[in-house]
Parts: sequence; C-alpha cells; structure tokens
Amino acid sequence: MLQKLMRIGAAAATLVLIAGASAGADTIKVGIIGPLSGPFALGGKNFKAGVEAYVAVHGDTVAGNKVEFVYRDLDGPDPGKAKSVAQDLIIKEKVQYLGGVYLTPSAFAIAPMLEEANVPLVIFNAATSSITQKSPLIVRTSFTLWQTAVPLAKQVAKDGVKKLIITVTDYGPGNDAEAAFRKTFEAAGGKVVETIKMPLSAADFSPFLQRVKDSDAEAVFAFLPSGASTVGFAKAYVESGLKEKGIKLLATGDVTEESGLQAVGDAAIGIRTTYHYSLVHDSALNRDFVAAATKAIGNADELSFPAVAAYDGVHVIYKMIEATAGKQDAKTAVQSVSGLAWESPRGPVKIDPVTRSLTQTIYLREVAKENGRLVNKEIASYPDQPDWGLVK
Amino acid sequence: MDTIIGIGLDALAYGMLLFIISIGLSVMMGLMRVINLAHGAFAMVGGYIASYAIRQLGLPYVVAVPTAVAATVVVALPLEFLLFRRIYGGAEPLKQVLMTIGIAFAVIGIVNAVFGPTIKPIPLPGPLHGIVDIASHTMAVHRLVLIVAGLVIAAGLWLAVEKSNFGVRLRAAVDNPDMAAALGIRTDRLYLVTFGIAVALAAFGGIAGAELMPIEPTYALRYMVTFLVVVSVGGAGSTTGALVASLIIGLVDTAGRYLFPSYGMFFTYAAVILIVELAPNGLARRSA
Repeated sequence: MLQKLMRIGAAAATLVLIAGASAGADTIKVGIIGPLSGPFALGGKNFKAGVEAYVAVHGDTVAGNKVEFVYRDLDGPDPGKAKSVAQDLIIKEKVQYLGGVYLTPSAFAIAPMLEEANVPLVIFNAATSSITQKSPLIVRTSFTLWQTAVPLAKQVAKDGVKKLIITVTDYGPGNDAEAAFRKTFEAAGGKVVETIKMPLSAADFSPFLQRVKDSDAEAVFAFLPSGASTVGFAKAYVESGLKEKGIKLLATGDVTEESGLQAVGDAAIGIRTTYHYSLVHDSALNRDFVAAATKAIGNADELSFPAVAAYDGVHVIYKMIEATAGKQDAKTAVQSVSGLAWESPRGPVKIDPVTRSLTQTIYLREVAKENGRLVNKEIASYPDQPDWGLVK
Repeated sequence: MDTIIGIGLDALAYGMLLFIISIGLSVMMGLMRVINLAHGAFAMVGGYIASYAIRQLGLPYVVAVPTAVAATVVVALPLEFLLFRRIYGGAEPLKQVLMTIGIAFAVIGIVNAVFGPTIKPIPLPGPLHGIVDIASHTMAVHRLVLIVAGLVIAAGLWLAVEKSNFGVRLRAAVDNPDMAAALGIRTDRLYLVTFGIAVALAAFGGIAGAELMPIEPTYALRYMVTFLVVVSVGGAGSTTGALVASLIIGLVDTAGRYLFPSYGMFFTYAAVILIVELAPNGLARRSA
C-alpha cells in the first residue's frame, strides 16, 4: 500500500515538474503550414529556406523570447486537412503565430478559426485577393495576381499593342489574371480579340498556340500555374513559330519562375513578364538573402519566389512578437504591423492597412542569360502597386 | 489549309507519343493480364536517368538515351521476379491495383528525395533542336522524330509479333496461357522478356516525349489515365489496336483543343465513351 502511494506521489511530482518547466520557458512557437511533399513540394521547400535564411541572418531571439518554428505538411488543396493541421498546431503545439499556406483553399479553411484561437496568420503565398477579407487576423507577404497583371496590361497598352489574345488556365487564379488584365487593357483602349481558357490537365499546348497564330492578335497574354505546364507552354510558344512571327508573349512571372525556367532552356530568352520578385534583383540585401536561402535549400536550382515571401513573413512575425512583448494578443499584434514599411530583398514594401497585403514595387523583366543561367532581368519598375483586386 | 496540316501533324506527334508509352502497358495487360499502374513511373524513371546522364555525366544524347533505357530495364527487372510475377493472371484485380499504385507512389517519393521536385530537362542535341517549315506550317524537329520513332516501333513490333518465333509463342500465351505452358512454352521466361520490352518502350517514350510531358515527380500518375484510355480503346494486347487508338485520341484531343479550347477534355472522353460503347473489348482485342 505504502509503496503504491509513493509511486503515485512520485508520478505526480514528475508531472508537476514537467508542467512547471513548460510554463516557465519563454519559447514562442510559430506554426508553418506548407506543401512539404506532393506536387507543390517545391513551394514548401522554399518556405523552409526563407524561414531558415531569416533566422540565420537575424537570430532566433526576439525581445528576450526564443522563437521556435514547427512545420506541418499540407500537400494539396485540401480544406479539410488544412483545418485539422491548423487545429493541431493551435491546440497541441500551442503556437502563438501561424505562417505559410501555399494554396488559396487552405487559407479559406483556416481563416474562420483564427479569432477564437487568438492567433494571427501570415500568408506566405496564396495569391487570391479576397483571402485577407476572410479574417482581420490575416496578413499577406506575397503578392496577388491583380497586383502583377495590372501594371503589365498598362505597359502593353502604352507600348501600342491594340489587339491581344488572352490564354489562361481555367481555374481560380487563371480567371483572376484574365479579369485583371482584360479590365485594365480595355480601359486603356486595347481590344481583346479572344480569351482561351485551357484545362488544368492539358499536356500539349500546340493546339492553343495554333489558335493564337490564326487570330489577328499582335501579342498574347498568358497565365499558367508554375511547373510542368509553364515549361510546356513556353516551349510550345517558341516551337509554334509565334516568336519568329513577332507575336510577343507577355505573362505574369509565374510563367518564367526561376526553378522551372532552366528547364525551358534558351528558347525562353526575350519573354517579358511582370512580378514582385526576381532572384537577380540588384541590391546588397537581395544578394545576402539569396546566399543565405541557397545555403538553406541546398540546391541553387530549387530557389524560387516563395522563399522571399517566407523571409518577409518571418520579419512580420518578429515585429509582432516585439510589439506584444511575447504575449499572446493577436489583435494588437496585427494592428502593430498594419502600415509597417521595410526594405525587403525584393525592394521597398509596406503592409497596406486596408487590405493587409503588401503594397510593393512590381518589376517588368525580360528573360536573359547571365553566367550560363537563365534569369529574369529587371528592365523597368512600377513602384507602390497596391493589391488592385481590392483597391479600386 | 495551313491550320489543318498543323493540327494533323501535331496530332500525329502526340498520338505517336501516346502509342510508344502505352503499347507496353497494353501488351502487359493482354499477355500477363496485369493492370500496371506503375507504367507511367517507368517512363518517368527513364526520363530522370536520361536527364542525369546528359546534364551531370555529360554523355552525348545518342549514348545517353539507350543507356537510360537499359538502366531503367535493369532497375525494373528485379521488380518482375520479386513482385510482378506474383500478381499475373488477372485473378485478383484489387491486389494488382494496390501493388502497382504502391510502386508508383514509392517511385514518386524516391525521385522527389533524390532529384528534388523541380522539372528535369533533357537537353536535345543540335539537330533535334530547331524548327522546320512543312507546307508552310512551323514544326519542331523533335516532334517529327516522335512520328518517325512511333512508326518504326509500330512496324518493329508488328514484325516481332506476327512474323517471329517469339511472336508465335507470345500469341499462343495470350490466347491460352495454360495450354501454351503445357505445350512446353516457357511462359515465365516469355513474361520476363515481355516485361523488359514494355519497360524499355515506356522509358524511351518518357525520354523522347519529355518536351511534351516534362519530367517531374508527379509524371508517374499525371498521364496514367490517358495511357489507360489508349489501352481500353485499343484493346489489350494488340499493337494495331493501340496504334489506332493512340492516333484517334491524339487527333480528337488536339482538334478539340484547337476548335473548342474551353471544353477541355470533353471531346476526348466523348469519343472514348462512343468507341467503348460500340466495341466494349476495344478496337482489336486479341483474346476472346
């Protein structure tokens, strides 16, 4: 009997010790949700590289608190799984902040639980404009399709293109890109002769480009999700003879995204795109970022745009920890960074207090070869572009 | 006119690629009665090895392609006598599906870990790189190569199956495996050789078609449905059936995309439903 009591006593004492230890430590946990496996694994790898690069440069201690990152895999557009992964991080891991989220449906699924959990969410990628309207606790450090497509449409109209054909992949972001480009281009006096919506599953793009060839358009605007389809499309564009014929391909930067660009090959040289970030952006800050992120990801060919959004996302989370002195207060944390401006590796950025997305410089780039590698060389810039999807 | 020729040539190239990859799947389904959902994975592995051989080892294209095809067969053959051999015969479809899709998932995971998730290009040599004008239609040379390669493979397979001693035994085993074995045909050896040929053709298709179907980890399952459609339309085990089915699907798909781009795969599937309705066993099924 006595022995049994002693054993229970010992167990209880151990429990108290464990509980005491975890309550006393000043560790702030940050949950990062991203595709670490599956078809979007490159995005998740870049999230991780961006986070690790920021920690490598700025350390893991903020206002006396140690910051610990907890990663969770969310491999595809699965709202149910997104919700359970976020719940697991909030309840079991007791994270104070959430970051990451690659695809729009996941962001929509997580948004409703943020206020009750008292946890802010910093979006590293998902680019649909309306995401930040789903919860006052969402901040975004990536970009939106409206933001990158609108300056391109203005530039194309200014360059004197009158008739244009639009080819987009037939899904949410493709429709966003089409609407943004069409509205802006037509407002500037241009005419869209046709819109081709290509199925997500398309493998051979030559029939679509044959259609472009048979139209009387002077240029073609394209949006496709980066990966196998952008490589196939860019190749088919060159092989269809459109490039020789002088019909320009204009696109958002997704089409010449760096990790896929090398696979397109020299055929891509000359393609013009608009985007918020190029790996060869000319600044000391960017060179340091690329060096740190390349070291973190391990293979220079895999580094791409989500890494910079993750890097800036951690910057925002650090600022929120500073403002709340490490206490869990999501509302104050988000308020403290609303309007925050800083110098990112991509250039000057600012969190728009209304949209809670970034107001940033969008660059016009042209694919060129530098030191044997294909790069997006910046040739013009459009400063202070808001999220045109929400700011009218 | 230019447009019609253009669509025709693009359709032919795409159809031939489907044929090169799907024929191995068709033969395995006809002969060994196994639904090999890992077939796309073999095509992908061929592409990865070719890309590695050219970009990392610096081998010339003409050496790298046969090396990669041979290497894929060497990697796949142990799977035949360790795993595939146990599921031949079509008695337990669920077992076949679970095992082969399991292999496909494992291959996806392995290439993701070894080569990473980015697209791996297979650089073409100079002569294949350019574009040519045929009847005022601009066409990439590598697409013409696909057409020629498809024709050569179709002719070669037809000769092998219809005219050679190997073909006689193969046809016998397809028609009645038990009787063939009773007559002294070494069916296990026949299956091993056929498996090797099927893998080799898949690997070659994966390499030659990398410009149309880029090599990345999800390749293994991304195009699998299309390959299976070719087999079901053509009829398992038939070279001619697979060739005709590939060309029909290539043509309907390409023309449909050109004429009605926003309908997606609608016309392709409509054609498939129609054909399968009219000929439930495929266009040319060998075994009764």
